Amino acid sequence: MITGTSNRGLLFLNVSWWLIVSAVHAYVLSELLFSAHEILIDTLITSGLLGGISFLIVNNMRYYLPQREKYWYILFIGICVSGMSSLLSKFLFNVFLGDDEHYIELTQHTAGIRFGVGFLLASCIAMISLLWYNQEEQKEMNARRTEAEQLAKEAELYKLRQQLQPHFLFNSLNSISALTAVQPEKARHMINQLSEFLRGTLKKDEKQWNTLKEEMQYLELYLEIEKVRFGYRLQTDIICEEAAINLKLPSLLLQPVVENAIKFGLYDTTGEVMIKVHAFKKDNSLIVSVKNPFDPETSQPLKGTGFGLPSIQRRLFLLFARQDLLTTEKRDNNFITTILIPQAI
Amino acid sequence: MNVILIDDEPLARSIVKEYLQAYPDVNIAAECNDGFEGLKAINQYNPDLIFLDIQMPKITGFEMLELIEEPPAVIFTTAFDEYAIKAFESNAIDYLLKPFSKDRFEKAIQKYLQQQKPVAPQKTEAVLEVAGQSPVQQNRVVVKDGSKIKIIPVLQIQYLEAADDYVKIFTSEGSFLKKKTMGYFDESLQAFQFVRVHRSYIVNTQLITRIDAYEKDSHLLLLSTGAKIPVSKSGYAKLKEVLGI
Repeated sequence: MITGTSNRGLLFLNVSWWLIVSAVHAYVLSELLFSAHEILIDTLITSGLLGGISFLIVNNMRYYLPQREKYWYILFIGICVSGMSSLLSKFLFNVFLGDDEHYIELTQHTAGIRFGVGFLLASCIAMISLLWYNQEEQKEMNARRTEAEQLAKEAELYKLRQQLQPHFLFNSLNSISALTAVQPEKARHMINQLSEFLRGTLKKDEKQWNTLKEEMQYLELYLEIEKVRFGYRLQTDIICEEAAINLKLPSLLLQPVVENAIKFGLYDTTGEVMIKVHAFKKDNSLIVSVKNPFDPETSQPLKGTGFGLPSIQRRLFLLFARQDLLTTEKRDNNFITTILIPQAI
Repeated sequence: MNVILIDDEPLARSIVKEYLQAYPDVNIAAECNDGFEGLKAINQYNPDLIFLDIQMPKITGFEMLELIEEPPAVIFTTAFDEYAIKAFESNAIDYLLKPFSKDRFEKAIQKYLQQQKPVAPQKTEAVLEVAGQSPVQQNRVVVKDGSKIKIIPVLQIQYLEAADDYVKIFTSEGSFLKKKTMGYFDESLQAFQFVRVHRSYIVNTQLITRIDAYEKDSHLLLLSTGAKIPVSKSGYAKLKEVLGI
C-alpha cells in the first residue's frame, strides 16, 4: 500500500489520458459527419464512463495492489471497466439520444468495437497507473533505506567515538591508588583530570565536529594522565600552527591516534619515547601527523598498521567516503601516522 | 624472601612496594622496567617470588617467563587481559587485577606462602601453555640467542624441526631452540599457513617451491631457501588440503 504520497500525480495522469481519448473520439465522429449534439453526447457518455470507472478502480490500487498477478489484474480491470461502461452507456444513450433512432442503432452496431477500444484504453491507463504506483513505492523504499543507512552510520560513528581502552582506565586508576599514599594532592589532581577526560569521552553529544583547539585541549588532558603513568619514559612535543587552530575535525579522533602512537612507541622500544604531534593547514585541509619511534627489527608486520588505526580509518570513511585520509609510513625508525581532514568550504 | 618487581609503570611498582612494607622478611632485590631487565635480575638474584606485569615494552611478561629454565613463583599484576585471566584462574599462584586493594594483595601473598612447599614451576608452565594461545602472542616467537633475546615474527620462520624436548626454529638468520612441543607450534601456527608435513617437521607453505615423490608413500619438499624436508603420507594429505591441490 502506498502511503503518504498525494494522488495528484495520478489524477493528472488519468484526466489527461481521458481528455485526449475524448478529443480523438470527438474528432473521429466529426469526420463521420455527425451533428454537434450527437458528437457531444456520445463523447461525454463514452469517455466519461470509461474515465470515471477506471479512475475509481485505479485509485483503489492504492489500497490493494496484488504482488504476484499484477498483469492479470490489469486485464481484469480492462474488462471490468469496459464491460461496465458498455452496459451503462447503452442505458444512457437511450436516455439522452432516445429520439434519435438512427444513432441508437449505430451505437448498437458498434457496441463490439466500442467494448474493444474501451478495453484497450482502460488497460493502458491501468498499466500506466500501475507503473506510477511501482515507481512511487520504489521511491519510498529508497527513502526508507537511505534513512536506515543514515541511522546505522550514526550509530556506528557514535560507537567508534566512544571507544575507551580498558587498559588505560584501569592502569590510571592503579596509578591514582599508588599516589594516594605518597602524594595525595597529585592523586586528587589526577582524579580530576581522569574525570574530565572520561566526561569528554562519554558526552552523549550529537556534536560530531570540534575545532583543533578544543581537540588539542582534550589531547593535553590525556597526555598528562599518561605522563603520570609512564613517568620520564614518555616525552611529547606538540606543534600546532596558528593557521590551523580553528580548523574543524571529527571529535575524539585525534586522541586515539596519539594513544595508538604512544602504545606503539612504548611497547616496541625500551627507554625514552618521544611522541611528536604536528598540526598544520595545507590546501584548505587540516593535516595532523603523529610520530612515534619503533624498532624495525621486532615490530610486527601484522601489528604494523597499529592497534587502533582501523577504527579511525573506518570513521574517516563513514564521514568523508574516502579511504585515503589516514596514511602511515616508516622513516628512520619512526612510525608516522598522518590524517588529512578536508575542510568544508 | 627475595622478591623482584617487574612492571613498566613506576607507580604500579610503588604500590606493590608499599603493600610489601607490612612483610619485614621480604627483601625487594630488584625493580625492573621491562622483560629484559627482569630476565637479568632473575638470573642474578634467583628470587623466590616475582610480581609480573603482562603488557610491557618489547616482550610481554609471558614471553619473558618462557625464556627462563626454571621460572620462580609468579604473581601476575595486570589491568585487563581476558585471555590471560583465563590462564590465571586455573593455574597461576595468583593474579592481581589493577587497581587492587591491600586485602586482596595480602590474600595473594598468603596463597603463595601456603603453596610454597611443593614448588610451582609446573604451574607456571601450565599458565604459559594456555596464555600462549592468546592472539597477541601468536604472531611472534621469542627465543634466547646466547645471552641475547630475539623476537622472530612468525612469517620469518622457514620451518621447524623437532629436537628432543626442544623445537628448532629455522629463519634466514640461523636456527634457534625453543622449549615447546611440536604440537604447540602445530596448533598455533596453523593460522599462518604452516603445515606439519612430518612428525618432526612443520613448514611455512609460502616457501614451498617443489614437491617431489620420494620412495614409497613419502615425498620431499624443496623450499625456496634450498632446504629439503621429508613429507610423510599423512603430512602429504594435509599439505594437499592446505595448498588446494
